[in-house]
Amino acid sequence: METAIPYTVKPHPVTGIPNGKFGIWLFLASEVMLFGALFSSYVLIRTAAPHWPYDGGLSSETLNVPLGTFNTAVLITSSITMVLAWASCKMGDISKFRLWMAATIGLSLVFLVVKYFEYADKFHHEHFPSHDNFYGIYFVLTGLHGVHIVGGVIVNTFLLTVGTRLWKTDPEHFTNRVENAGLYWHFVDLVWIFLFPSLYLL
Amino acid sequence: MNEHHSGNGHAHSHGDPGHHELPFWRKYIFSVDHKVIGIQYAVSALVFLLLGFSLMMLMRWQLAYPLQPLPLIGKVLGETVMPGGVMAPEFYNQLGAMHGTIMVFMGIVPLAVGGFGNFVVPLQIGAPDMAFPRLNMVSYWAFLPGGILMLASFFAPGGAAQSGWTSYPPLSDIAPTGQTIWLLAMVLLITSSLLGSINFIVTIVQLRARGLTFWRLPFFVHAQFVTSFLLLLAFPPLEAASVLQLMDRLAGTSFFLPSGLVVSGEALKVAGGGSPLLWQHLFWFLAHPEVYVLILPGMGIVAEVIANNTRKPLWGYRLLVYSVISLGFLSFVVWAHHMFMTGMGTTMSTFFQTTTMIISVPSVVILTCFIMSLYGGNIRFTTPMLFATAFLPMFAIGGLTGLPLGLTASDIYLHDTFYVIGHFHYVVAPGSIFALMAGIYYWYPKATGRKMDETLGKIHFWLSFVAINVVFMPMFFQGMAGLSRRLYDPTVYAHGRGVQALNVVISWGAWGLALAQIPFIVNFFLSLKRGEKVAENPWHATTLEWLAPSPPGHGNFLAEPVVYRDPYEYSVPGKPNDYSPQFVAEG
Amino acid sequence: MDATAADTHHESPEEFKKHLGKYYAVFVALLGLTAITVGVSYLKLNRPLAITVALIIASVKAGLVAGVFMHLISEKKVIYAVLLLTALFFLLVLLLPSFTTLEPHHSLPGT
Repeated sequence: METAIPYTVKPHPVTGIPNGKFGIWLFLASEVMLFGALFSSYVLIRTAAPHWPYDGGLSSETLNVPLGTFNTAVLITSSITMVLAWASCKMGDISKFRLWMAATIGLSLVFLVVKYFEYADKFHHEHFPSHDNFYGIYFVLTGLHGVHIVGGVIVNTFLLTVGTRLWKTDPEHFTNRVENAGLYWHFVDLVWIFLFPSLYLL
Repeated sequence: MNEHHSGNGHAHSHGDPGHHELPFWRKYIFSVDHKVIGIQYAVSALVFLLLGFSLMMLMRWQLAYPLQPLPLIGKVLGETVMPGGVMAPEFYNQLGAMHGTIMVFMGIVPLAVGGFGNFVVPLQIGAPDMAFPRLNMVSYWAFLPGGILMLASFFAPGGAAQSGWTSYPPLSDIAPTGQTIWLLAMVLLITSSLLGSINFIVTIVQLRARGLTFWRLPFFVHAQFVTSFLLLLAFPPLEAASVLQLMDRLAGTSFFLPSGLVVSGEALKVAGGGSPLLWQHLFWFLAHPEVYVLILPGMGIVAEVIANNTRKPLWGYRLLVYSVISLGFLSFVVWAHHMFMTGMGTTMSTFFQTTTMIISVPSVVILTCFIMSLYGGNIRFTTPMLFATAFLPMFAIGGLTGLPLGLTASDIYLHDTFYVIGHFHYVVAPGSIFALMAGIYYWYPKATGRKMDETLGKIHFWLSFVAINVVFMPMFFQGMAGLSRRLYDPTVYAHGRGVQALNVVISWGAWGLALAQIPFIVNFFLSLKRGEKVAENPWHATTLEWLAPSPPGHGNFLAEPVVYRDPYEYSVPGKPNDYSPQFVAEG
Repeated sequence: MDATAADTHHESPEEFKKHLGKYYAVFVALLGLTAITVGVSYLKLNRPLAITVALIIASVKAGLVAGVFMHLISEKKVIYAVLLLTALFFLLVLLLPSFTTLEPHHSLPGT
């Protein structure tokens, strides 16, 4: 049998947080460095470029700003639904939790579908990542972000389905898990908040 | 919380109705117990260290006897890599790149952090396990496939990665398939490290026993704590860079390919606009803190062994803690000293030169505290102590020889020569590896319930100590003579021919060093069955791990441990024993 | 244990409801700021100004998400310490490589 680890659910008396919350924040710190390195690459490559995009024109003419704006709104909405999912747990309402978590997942899928159309359109015009570094940067940054969205969808789907079993035996533990998943999800939103203007508008 | 589990393997389950024996695959393969995982890491890492060492022994033949066929082994390796028994240049490059990669990422870090960290840290802080046992298991099972994938790359068409462990583009961008496998394996290894570092930080902060305040932690725990932050924050940029290089290689992007690149007389058909220097920045952003990851756990081990075998407290404990923290912090701001020759302007190179000089201060403080710890001690030269004591001058040589490399003016001459190889091997080989050896001899009794044989240990030490200096000392002279590293045949240059005799000496030293490990390997296995049996605290040490049974059972301690005093209360005046353990209540 | 303003750990469901208002407010603010940042982009400001304005707006949005949705505004010291360290290293990795490659330097004679 597994040994009982202290402060898995209850917060530590000195730090004031349970282990899982500490763990997820540390993970997010590493993610800040991951995206930081990619933004650094973007800065370095772009400042050396004769023009950006290489083909001429503006980013906002090359990338679809209305679609990007729509997706930004979608992600922001998914963040509030994620908060509401957690809030429902705090208020003891598991069916509301299911509603808001399903909404979060649904909105995430909308985001991915929009990205699919954006990518498909680019590929249709033979604008692959190899076309030039403008597209290379665009595809890698949004692609890795997209991978993180998929990861979030998987975790959230787990919490919505199998994971809800924990609510019956240890609601506080389950609520902590939802909160930690929420922290991850908001971070993914946060990255997009910087990605969108950096890639689409500037 | 803690089940009753005596040291000789009987599990008593009274008072714990949920306990049942786990099936073999969950107890020993996919275990979530930090001790099992620690041993898994340690054994895997030792095997990888041996493999990585073997690669170098092959290279040493080519360096000592360039273009000579290698008897027996040459035939076994086949005509592709050793045509006519003579090492192919591409194979030499593969051996070089993989030697570095394996030793750093699959050898030292998994042994120091995955092995020693996992096994010792929860015990030293009085915890029943790590904060996230299942995450710990996932970490190991990301590491092992990553390591195996890395080794498998030798069988890819064109062979393994062959652009140095540093994988600089543009060369690495256009290298054969083995490089792609290198990148994928690195992603697995990095993931393993990241997950592990999260576990260590949360464990050390949240799971300390009652009474174990920050300033009562053994120095080993402080060292592992800082190391974990280095792994957490420095690895992601290399992961990002690996993704970019994979894109260059697989999707035809030009993140690292400049415009107008010509390969074998033909212009490369890529968009260009990329920067090889971008890779170097992202790589070294990790790789410099990485070298502190390589040394810090070793310093932690040396601290434990010295305090225990001098029977007196560590000299300057608080100074050591402040130093190791500043060392970790500073390690993030020195990386471009690996790039002095890339055409940096004087402002930035001065910045990095300055930070590099500053970082030598906490290093020297740590070494000084260790040396001062010996003064006036009642020294027991056990095998761990021999390795720990030898660490001191060896690390000193390694550290001092880093100075001319950190100064831009002298680095102009010494960069990419054998001087660099001598420098970093001194810190890593008779530095880290000696410290890790000390750790193995020191904690083997805790893990197995038996001591390793002292005679074999001393033979292992003295042979290794002599051989390792024979191997690495001459390299400084080769470097000062201008001999480049990563050179297939040194004798093509006059200055290479001038120091070629040393290559013969070094190679025989290396083969001797290999033989010197035999007493260790024999000892390691023989002692499992025939070693002197011990109880909880055979070394009469003071830190918490020596409260648990040897080996500790599930849950580690028979009762919840409490800490009453500082970690190194040796030879306290007025006490009956020359050691007052942290966990014993009497004042 | 300290009870900060948003320390919801021991609140009852009814007490918790009070927090919902600020979450909705942040949601509306985020949508509004998104509209503003897109609107500003149509002004076609000069590059340095455009970047500055865009980053400021993005930072405000990020601050709202981090401070309110992620409860950072009332988080514990240990988390602040980790994030402060991370922020510092983030800036290093973001800026130093570009500084280093962009600094004008003298070529060797004859090159």
